[in-house]
Amino acid sequence: MDAQYITPFIQSIQNVFTTMLQVPVTINAPTIKTDRTASYDVSGIIGMSGDVVGSVVLSFPKVTAQKLVASFCGMDLPADSPDFADAIGELVNMVSGCAKGMFVDKDVSISCPSVVIGADHSINVRSDTPCISIPCSTDHGDLAIEIAIKESASAENANPKSQAA
Amino acid sequence: MRILLVDDSKTMRSIQKSVLAQIGHTEIEEACDGQDALSKVGAFQPELMLVDWNMPNMDGITFVKHIRQTDKTTPIIMVTTESEKTRVIEAIKAGVNNYVVKPFTPDALSQRINETLNKKAA
Repeated sequence: MDAQYITPFIQSIQNVFTTMLQVPVTINAPTIKTDRTASYDVSGIIGMSGDVVGSVVLSFPKVTAQKLVASFCGMDLPADSPDFADAIGELVNMVSGCAKGMFVDKDVSISCPSVVIGADHSINVRSDTPCISIPCSTDHGDLAIEIAIKESASAENANPKSQAA
Repeated sequence: MRILLVDDSKTMRSIQKSVLAQIGHTEIEEACDGQDALSKVGAFQPELMLVDWNMPNMDGITFVKHIRQTDKTTPIIMVTTESEKTRVIEAIKAGVNNYVVKPFTPDALSQRINETLNKKAA
């Protein structure tokens, strides 16, 4: 995957967490993820369509997610409450929306977020799209941002140079 | 002042409500998408609307276009993750008066709200 699609997510997660949660994020070395099982218990998922297609997942251990949500909302929320899922959804929405704004000359739409909670759940991504996992560390614990996106066929045809980039 | 908050995220509505309370606005109605907002506008008669873009059922830009067919004056601030220049232009063309990109600091949001209300009052 082209670095032009990874760097925006790194900048975005740092921007969102610092601005909305006052929680700094340390970025660790990205890896290619081949396992469909989610990295952690709580996943916030956003789909991308348009010139770039695929999905973005913010994956948290439940304890970390609860601490981050408490920082975001200003109160503790149980992981089984609808408000907890809403907060996780809004975090992945902001991270994805902020990142796509940094894609150069790409018209991309994002879906409304989905949130899955539970140990060892699976997330299916497009089989033709590699998934890059970026481990992140915060004072509230570790999390990962998993990016499985690629330029759509129409975007590649419109800009053949981008295939070689 | 009556303010309508339109956002599908309850978390985001709560954060915006808290910022509005800090600058003295407590008469607030909430809507979870454009359709819900359309159903509440008539009875609530908002004097300011804060509207998200990406929402289920009816998105914010469609809601703004609906409203502007009959109401050209009530100030609308778009509060959204959509930061691309093309999106901002689309929103302004649809009739949005001001634009706040998420993530935002409380200061940035309150500044845009005050700026919008001052422009309306001028």
